[in-house]
Amino acid sequence: MAGVLLLLPIAALTWVGSYARVEPKLGAFPFFIWYQFVWVFLCSGCTYGAYRLVVRARPHRPMTHGVTHDEQAGR
Amino acid sequence: MNALAVTAADNHTGVNGVALSVLIVLFLLVTVMGFLASRWRRSEMESLDEWGLGGRSFGTWVTWFLLGGDLYTAYTFIAVPAAMFALGAVNGFFAVPYTIVLYPIIFVFMSRLWSVSHRHGFITTADFAAGRYGSRGLSLAIAVTGILATMPYIALQLVGIQAVLEVSGLGGSGNVIAKDLPLFIAFAVLAAYTYASGLRAPALIAFVKDTLIYLVIIVAVVYIPSKVGGWDHIFTAAQHKMATTNALTKKPNGSYIPPATQYWAYATLALGSALALFMYPHSITATLSSKSRNTIRRNSAILPAYSFVLGLLALLGWVAIAAGTKPIGLDGQANPQLVVPQLFEDMFPSWFAGVAFAAIAIGALVPAAIMAIAAANLFTRNIYREWFRPSATPAQEARVGKVVSLVVKFVALVFVLTMDKQNAINFQLLGGIWILQTFPAIVFGLYTRWFHRWALIAGWAVGMVYGTVAAYNVVKPTPGGGSQHFAGSVALIPGLAQLGYIALTAFAINVIVAVVATLVLGALKTPTGIDATIKGDYFADEGDPRVIKINPGPHEYSPSP
Repeated sequence: MAGVLLLLPIAALTWVGSYARVEPKLGAFPFFIWYQFVWVFLCSGCTYGAYRLVVRARPHRPMTHGVTHDEQAGR
Repeated sequence: MNALAVTAADNHTGVNGVALSVLIVLFLLVTVMGFLASRWRRSEMESLDEWGLGGRSFGTWVTWFLLGGDLYTAYTFIAVPAAMFALGAVNGFFAVPYTIVLYPIIFVFMSRLWSVSHRHGFITTADFAAGRYGSRGLSLAIAVTGILATMPYIALQLVGIQAVLEVSGLGGSGNVIAKDLPLFIAFAVLAAYTYASGLRAPALIAFVKDTLIYLVIIVAVVYIPSKVGGWDHIFTAAQHKMATTNALTKKPNGSYIPPATQYWAYATLALGSALALFMYPHSITATLSSKSRNTIRRNSAILPAYSFVLGLLALLGWVAIAAGTKPIGLDGQANPQLVVPQLFEDMFPSWFAGVAFAAIAIGALVPAAIMAIAAANLFTRNIYREWFRPSATPAQEARVGKVVSLVVKFVALVFVLTMDKQNAINFQLLGGIWILQTFPAIVFGLYTRWFHRWALIAGWAVGMVYGTVAAYNVVKPTPGGGSQHFAGSVALIPGLAQLGYIALTAFAINVIVAVVATLVLGALKTPTGIDATIKGDYFADEGDPRVIKINPGPHEYSPSP
């Protein structure tokens, strides 16, 4: 789930064909320009969402003597 | 002073007294801060950890300012609008998606690198490669690439300072000494406080820098468009200029909205730059100086605020088109790099133009200091200690680091003074191509030991050579009828018939070579080297003990997958 949130902005912005156009304009701003500005906020939201998910799903286990490491699913 | 300003305002090339005074006062302020920074969260500065990573103590907000100050350099503030002004959206606006896709990438990779570095006391990526692969050769390759790619990058910060000084009317007079004297002074001040305070200096100055930048950009974006006829007029003017045929190349000046033939170029420039940025030593230095793993994750959610500002700055390049800004240097030649300072001087009252100039100049000093420190860390750890003085004490390391930071800045100064500025810009493009070739060894290494260390060296070497040659072959005609190599960073992708960022193509080749060579070396059963890290290292956080202090149980010796 967190991974999807993180991949979303990358996929959306590397798919240039989906937004390289003038219409619909927002005020005077061509779609190409304002769409990418919108993604600044969406991306911030996505990474923050991913952060909350990761912290909740995999709380940190302090490393002490004898701790087991079963967090291998993580990143 | 006022009379001087009035006469100067009428004259593009004259000294703008008020603006210059404001610039100098703000510059002096940050200089004092730079020296006082050594007392901030005081320590003895006796080790590279202290001098070069600020004691690894920075929290979320300091890291936000430091990384923001580090990644969004004066060069970004000068060059991105310049590219928008001269060449259009594909060459300039890609910086916006680039700095957006950057953050998911940081979120994933950098927290892991932070953890393993925290456990093992790694200061550089080359440290990590040495620990992970037990390979001095690979470590050296990464260290050399990092230093190589950083030098011209520092030089470009100085070019940014020079652009501001030139527009405010300083320098450029007859003899060589007077011409570059202001730059020498700025440079000497920077060198001195970096030497004295280490990473704490740019961290503290970053507060001033970012505040000034935000202030100036917001004022500029609200105030200037209304003076030049509104956004409608700005976009029409930009579209018109980009569609006009260039006399020299017989092609349109640039792109307003990327055409279908340039989708690949736009996407690969954004993605390739984003992957490359966090391989740069200065990004690593700023990241590792944060105090916890989650500091980095939180920052990847709040750093995009800078991307928004960057987008606005990029648009200032088009605002300048509508405003009819003429970026003419003191030597009488047109120089697009001057477009934003010139726009500010034309549009703002003198005193605020001074604030804007200070924002750009200080915006150059912060990253220049961090880059010099990062290059010094690399040299000290991975070349000096590794190859010349294995017995160096932490105090000796810190001393060598300080001296190297001076040497690095001096080389960068030589770059600025001797190279053609157009060349310096192209070397920076090349820097991105080079640094991305260290990506497989570092980022893949964070997840797997599958790749063979020699295979990674082979992939790196092939990627470096391919990237350099491909960039050399990008030729553009010059006004004199000649041609110039290293003229861009986009070339045909082999087998795809699309234009793409050379760095990403070279990276793909690099990975293929590394995979094939790993299979071959595996079949030959060549030694793979000792892995000093364990799986748990990649999840460690603040408060977890450093490796030296613990006595792990046998299960922690099991090799990572």
